Amino acid sequence: MIPGSFDYHRPQSVSEALAMLADMGDEAIIVAGGHSLIPMMKLRMAIPENLIDIQDIADIQNISISGLDVVIGAMVTQAELIASEPLNALCPLLRETALQIADPQIRNVGTVGGNVANGDPGNDMPAIMQVLDATFVLQSNEGTREVKARDYYEAAYFTARTDLEILTSIKFTAPPAGHGSCYMKQKRKIGDYATAAAAVVLTMDGDIVTSASIGLTNVSDTPLYAAQASSLLVGKKLDEASIKAASTAAKAITDPAEDSRGPKEFRTHLTGVMVDRALRQSAKTIR
Amino acid sequence: MNEQSPISPEDRIKNLKGIGSSRKRVEDARFTQGAGNYVDDINLPGMLFGDFVRSPHGHARIISIDKEAALAVPGVIAILTAADLKPLNLHYMPTLAGDVQAVLADEKVLFQNQEVAFVIAEDRYIAADAVELVDVEYEALPALTDAFKALDDDAPLLREDIKDKMEGAHGPRKHHNHIFLWEEGDKEATEAALSQSEIVVEEEITYQRVHPCPLETCGCVASMDKINGKLTLWGTFQAPHAVRTVASLITNIPEHNIRVVSPDIGGGFGNKVGVYPGYICSVVASIVTGKPVKWIEDRIENLTSTAFARDYHMTGKLSATKDGKITGLWCHVLADHGAFDACADPTKFPAGFFHIVTGSYDIPVAYVGVDGVYTNKAPGGVAYRCSFRVTEAAYLIERMVDILAHKLDMDPAELRLKNFIKKEQFPYQSALGWEYDSGDYHTALEKGMATVDYKALRAEQVEKRAAFDRGETRSLMGIGIAFFTEIVGAGPVKNCDILGLGMFDSCEIRIHPTGSAIARLGTISQGQGHATTFAQILATEIGLPAEDITVEEGDTDTAPYGLGTYGSRSTPVAGAATAMAGRKIRAKAQMIAAYLLEVHEGDLEWDIDRFVIKGNPDAHKTMKEIAFAAYNQAIPGLEPGLEAVSYYDPPNMTYPFGAYICVVDIDVDTGVTDVRRFYALDDCGTRINPMIIEGQVHGGLTEALAIAMGQEISYDEMGNVKGASLMDFYLPTAVETPHWETDFTETPSPHHPIGAKGVGESPNVGGVPAFSNAVHDAFAHKGLTHTQMPHDHWRVWQTAEKLGLTK
Amino acid sequence: MSKMHVKMTVNGKEVEALAEPRTLLIHFLRENQQLTGSHIGCDTGHCGACTVDIDGKSVKSCMTFVGQTAGKSVTTIEGIANPDGSLHVLQESFKEHHGLQCGFCTPGMITRAYRLLQENPSPTEEEIRYGISGNLCRCTGYQNIVKSIQAAAETLKIQEAAE
Repeated sequence: MIPGSFDYHRPQSVSEALAMLADMGDEAIIVAGGHSLIPMMKLRMAIPENLIDIQDIADIQNISISGLDVVIGAMVTQAELIASEPLNALCPLLRETALQIADPQIRNVGTVGGNVANGDPGNDMPAIMQVLDATFVLQSNEGTREVKARDYYEAAYFTARTDLEILTSIKFTAPPAGHGSCYMKQKRKIGDYATAAAAVVLTMDGDIVTSASIGLTNVSDTPLYAAQASSLLVGKKLDEASIKAASTAAKAITDPAEDSRGPKEFRTHLTGVMVDRALRQSAKTIR
Repeated sequence: MNEQSPISPEDRIKNLKGIGSSRKRVEDARFTQGAGNYVDDINLPGMLFGDFVRSPHGHARIISIDKEAALAVPGVIAILTAADLKPLNLHYMPTLAGDVQAVLADEKVLFQNQEVAFVIAEDRYIAADAVELVDVEYEALPALTDAFKALDDDAPLLREDIKDKMEGAHGPRKHHNHIFLWEEGDKEATEAALSQSEIVVEEEITYQRVHPCPLETCGCVASMDKINGKLTLWGTFQAPHAVRTVASLITNIPEHNIRVVSPDIGGGFGNKVGVYPGYICSVVASIVTGKPVKWIEDRIENLTSTAFARDYHMTGKLSATKDGKITGLWCHVLADHGAFDACADPTKFPAGFFHIVTGSYDIPVAYVGVDGVYTNKAPGGVAYRCSFRVTEAAYLIERMVDILAHKLDMDPAELRLKNFIKKEQFPYQSALGWEYDSGDYHTALEKGMATVDYKALRAEQVEKRAAFDRGETRSLMGIGIAFFTEIVGAGPVKNCDILGLGMFDSCEIRIHPTGSAIARLGTISQGQGHATTFAQILATEIGLPAEDITVEEGDTDTAPYGLGTYGSRSTPVAGAATAMAGRKIRAKAQMIAAYLLEVHEGDLEWDIDRFVIKGNPDAHKTMKEIAFAAYNQAIPGLEPGLEAVSYYDPPNMTYPFGAYICVVDIDVDTGVTDVRRFYALDDCGTRINPMIIEGQVHGGLTEALAIAMGQEISYDEMGNVKGASLMDFYLPTAVETPHWETDFTETPSPHHPIGAKGVGESPNVGGVPAFSNAVHDAFAHKGLTHTQMPHDHWRVWQTAEKLGLTK
Repeated sequence: MSKMHVKMTVNGKEVEALAEPRTLLIHFLRENQQLTGSHIGCDTGHCGACTVDIDGKSVKSCMTFVGQTAGKSVTTIEGIANPDGSLHVLQESFKEHHGLQCGFCTPGMITRAYRLLQENPSPTEEEIRYGISGNLCRCTGYQNIVKSIQAAAETLKIQEAAE
């Protein structure tokens, strides 16, 4: 499997990259780690004339934390995210999720920005960012704008990002200390895309849920924020009935593809199981 | 030279590192340093690269092929199509099964990714660019992907090239998509036994289409030297000599002018037995261009065009008395062979050795009928880590026995013990015509049951089931038993040949004057460690340390003729040839020793690494001394030198067997099956290198796990292959793979010179039914009799759902 | 599309070459640098036979363009042995514990294990299995690979303690 020809560029700053994008238009593609793009290029499903490699751009490679506010540069790799102790202390859901993405080699190269930017419904971080109510920072020659993760995904590989924009960072406010969280992902084998997965962030006061946020991976052509399932839990005890109600509501919004991971009804059913288990596990992690 | 040896006999045996020694592998030094030499590592001056234009359709007529734009790409040398091959009569090639296969599609394509044109370019990047630019116009035709519809009256005609040829390689064809009906056993008597039996179970059991998927794909480098007329072909060949003969027959290049070399091979598992269009096209391209041409498949091409395995739709009927004595076995197979019959079976056996299907049981009467059919799928039908169609047979009988046990409400282990062929019945004549050479099945299964504490496992299962019913757990426990009998070592030339080539094998030994040696064989290792183990056989036979014996295989210019490595035949056949050649060496050595010691040959006896005078062990000549004398001392009546060659035609197959026990826990809500424990007892006769045997068992079990739990090459109705990359095609990682427990009994083969039987494929043959039986056993108490593989999450969940177990 | 000038360090040596930007690092190493130890098994980043070490991290070289590696330091299986030419403990250990059969996955497997043991010098069996989950083997069933890596970890610890 051999990719088509292209010219290779390695800009040193976001503005240089944006200028290139503006100049080359839809004949250019941004490459971060490349582990989503390069397979597509080898299959010749993507045939860019120009590849803009943003690995040298220093100011999008850091994780910065101020109180509960977190900014993750788009070029932060999954391995770097896993290694960040401060981030893990604040929001363990991210490490838990990143460890379930692909394999060690790919996590060394694959970036958080790449994982959320391209709209591949199989990617894991988008649902996490929706659960955290994160904001994606998009830059172009025209300036900078921010799009909520919950508003970013339109269809498979279609997002709010235009061809002239680069997703440069992800911002979110971490859930309050003591929150519970879990990413429950069923896959055919380690590193695979989810057959169905659920991400949960939960806060409780005693045995009453004070806030809940549920996201779903790979059970529709976009990641799903399960708003109704989340709100159903608030003010309730986390018991059989409320968990059942939440997982039923989550299942109702799925529209999974039928592939070798299984037929629709299985993946829908499994979404309910993942939500159920993620909720119970999240409650256990509350400190 | 006859000073007292200070070394004890035990140490002398140890120093040889012969049979029974867990000798470290000699191959590993190069592999661990990245210094292996696989086919894609070959880089010749001026080498060109070939790449295929392939069909996007499952079934279509080719209207036109426009090469112009592709030929205009700088660096493109030529593009071959069927039209170019026709004048050479090379557009079709013979398959191993007596059919023909299109080298490049002639007027029609019959499966997705079929080879349509071969682009030859200066490098693989240019070739890939040009492939994109070859413009092929197709007229899509209705695709046939359901084997059950192949013989319908209105089924589309697939093979126009043979539509009037109603006499196939294996008898009459009853339909345009029919290949053969092959039958064995006494049909009438079997049907009578079934109708008279108290109990009959019947089941349709499909063994899905899978692929051997070695980590290295297929490939070759062809180099035609136009000056001296010699063709050299390096490639991923499990049978290099057969490739040479076939290449000679196809190209009319005399066989002595063809040199076929199998370099290091990155796993075969049956994928590399066949002859593929890529090989033929590379040879033609090299002849046309006068330059070396390399062709290497990518993984998608590998999974979709070279050598699928299985795809057997089997119907089994097993009859028994009420108390569980099996009275008869009837089976029919609808065999989906894809677009061309390219099965790799001995010629007389179009369904391989499927008639080993009576398994390990004393079944008085049996019948097998196999109908082969064409479909719009890739050709192949190779033995994926098993002897020819043996894993299909083992799967059928081991499932049927479990189904019968279920019907009788009898423990599956007990039913097996009741019906096993008894130790004293060997050699045993099976109802379907095989003579099982040896076995001790009761001992093996009883040892296995004792080791895993089978009773305790069953007791635990009873408790777990009760807990499930009380709603305390959502997990079900399953215990799977498989007891398999393999049939390997093809095979006796009287009934085993491939394209008329008898399935003997060979070994040639040359002892050097200083007492080291080289042995050359007709087989080829793909990871089995032949260079290590064959030296061990020889070390024991001729008394020279294995370290001092080089084993060489795979170069037809130097190796003696042999049929190659597949079907676990290397140890049973070439291993025997090695031992026999060694014995010829020893016979001559004895004459030399007699001369040197000035006694009669009959006064000498063999002692580990030397000949000693009977009753006077201090008077001896070591093999090393004898070797030197063979070359440097004029011995009256004896030619100088110490060499031997043996071509071994085995008198019978060998019949390895084993008892496998698998314990699984199934989460009914997710369909996830956790393999808690897997115990594998193998009896492969004499154990040459226990370390290597264990490694073979680990690997085979992992392949069995993959097949039973996830592998499947499937097609949609249009003939599109689904999921043909390593994202979807299930190869377990170290995380999914459980810890394997291995064990053994040792029942030597009575007819093999060293009693060895072969082991590489047993774990696949026994493993698949063990996993499958465990999954079925988990649900058996809820009424499940059978469900199709693979037992992946969604299918297992569906089973639970149908049984009303899901929430 | 023009060729680009690439410069990188391969097994400690500076190399420079003209290459098409689309050249995959695996092809650059195997064909331009004649380092054929790393292999191509799947073409899609799933099998890990092409694993090399780039700037201290395990990377799949069939999923990397040569340009992306420019300016970096690459170590392949050919560069794993000790400076004096003796085999690395892992290479010895794979041989000792039968951690390989056909040898095709072995270079990637050892190169990955080499990095794994630097990241985690005392891995549990579970950590080893997880740590090599990006490397597929079709022959061994992994059991002896895990054993080889475990044994190598022990030996390396003893060696380090002695130093």
